[in-house]
Amino acid sequence: MKAQTRNAAINTVLLLVLVTAAWQLLYWSFGDAALRSPAQTLAYTVKLFSGEMIWPHLRETMAAFAVALLLAAVIGLSIGFTLGYNRFAADVFEPMLVALYSIPKITLYPILLLMFGLGMPAKVAFGAIHGIIPIALFTMNAVRNVRVVLIKTGLVLNLGRGEMVRSILFPAALPEIFTGLRVGFSLTLIGTLLGEMFASQRGLGYLLMNAIGLHNIDLLMALTTILIVFAATASIVLLHYDRKIHARL
Amino acid sequence: MTAEVHVALRGVGKSFSRAESSDVVHALGPIDLELRKGEFFAVVGPSGCGKSTMLELIAGLTSATSGSVEFEGASIAGRIPDGVGVVFQEDACFPWMTIRDNIDFGLKRAKLDAVERRDRVDRAIAMMGLSGFAESYPAQLSGGMRQRVCIARTLVMKPRLILLDEPFGALDQQTRLLMGDELLKLWRLSGATVFLITHALDEAAMLADRIGVMSARPGRLLDVIETGWPKERDSRIVEDPRFGEITARLWRSLREESMKSMGAAGASS
Ligand SMILES: Nc1ncnc2c1ncn2[C@@H]1O[C@H](COP(=O)(O)OP(=O)(O)OP(=O)(O)O)[C@@H](O)[C@H]1O
Ligand SMILES: [Mg+2]
Repeated sequence: MKAQTRNAAINTVLLLVLVTAAWQLLYWSFGDAALRSPAQTLAYTVKLFSGEMIWPHLRETMAAFAVALLLAAVIGLSIGFTLGYNRFAADVFEPMLVALYSIPKITLYPILLLMFGLGMPAKVAFGAIHGIIPIALFTMNAVRNVRVVLIKTGLVLNLGRGEMVRSILFPAALPEIFTGLRVGFSLTLIGTLLGEMFASQRGLGYLLMNAIGLHNIDLLMALTTILIVFAATASIVLLHYDRKIHARL
Repeated sequence: MTAEVHVALRGVGKSFSRAESSDVVHALGPIDLELRKGEFFAVVGPSGCGKSTMLELIAGLTSATSGSVEFEGASIAGRIPDGVGVVFQEDACFPWMTIRDNIDFGLKRAKLDAVERRDRVDRAIAMMGLSGFAESYPAQLSGGMRQRVCIARTLVMKPRLILLDEPFGALDQQTRLLMGDELLKLWRLSGATVFLITHALDEAAMLADRIGVMSARPGRLLDVIETGWPKERDSRIVEDPRFGEITARLWRSLREESMKSMGAAGASS
């Protein structure tokens, strides 16, 4: 276990070194007109965080993302459990979900904007619709794949429906559900940022669009770095727990 | 014999309809059988003859297509009765729980006090030869050990009727004999009725008071053999000449049926 943690740490450091080296090389080949070097970006990022400008945007994005993720999880899990429990409903709705999933979500954005107007609710809705379907599909399959003999064991003990879900179905399906939540996390983040990029006056996505418009390369690079570091860290942590849960099976 | 009837199957049959096609599979019966209170009844029969189906009917996990099943005088009809413990053919351990928590699962729900629970779980762990594994997870155990966890989980509930579906299937012959002894001891102490499905003829001959021999699918009772063993017995009865006679008689009844079910499988593939 110890050795594994050390290995993970070594891998992470190695990855960071490689990415930084590649970045530096790119900087050398494209020059100041297109990029900033890792060192310059780091310096600008530090300056950004010691200033006032970024904080309201960061808070806005974090709040939108948190609410969107919560919504995606609650709605996705509910749909997933309902369809997982109910064969007939699953047969009817699964193809619909898959079809919906394959639509480029961006095509729905104008409609969402008309429904919610510019601002927080539209972003949240746009983030959530990215996460709901994968979470629902993973959960549905997880519940469906719970081994029948585990459910029979619960039946023999006269477990009620609620207790069956809580103490057998949910824990048995948890590893797959967690994978769904992990995927949902990434997609919801993308959705939220996309929402901010195209119709919003606040948030990191908006800042990013703005930086492109003003050709503010320093800001652009700093924001991209912040987002990548956040997403990568979260993914690594979630993947770590994902593997830990799956290891028991 | 005028012992009290504990479980009664009257004309019980079961058919399954297939989802893809309109034909039905006649899996079992009709079966007429009475289990006496406190007896040890074993069932042997060719693979696929409906033994597990019969067990699920008695446990109330599935309902009969025809006939009725009674437990302690009341009809079951797909309702799951209290006081019945089941050990399934497949591994039914909860992989997310330690061995101790697995065995404790039913007790916890039964709201027994903590001392009593701990005591029962500890004794079951010791009896099933799982000492030292209480805090392990099922994935860290062998198949045979996981089966024993499932047996322990059922026994701690002190059921009045114990249904076991090939519980020793994953065990080696020696462990199998010793587990048989433990089961006999437990059966004597608890006074429970035991219904044991097995594919090992010697296991049936050694453990049971009566042995039901089933035909190939759809399974019917071909023969019910009284072993006549005394209540105080253990695996050493394999030296008794009667043991050999019983096993031979079981094989005589089964040989032809097993060939039939092999032939059916061969023809349909
Ligand atoms: N849920 C089901 N749906 C359709 N057919 C089933 C179902 N369960 C069992 N069967 C069929 O019923 C027959 C009897 O099955 P069962 O599992 O009771 O046999 P068994 O005697 O326990 O076999 P084994 O010794 O291999 O465990 C088989 O032909 C099986 O295919
Ligand atoms: Mg079976």
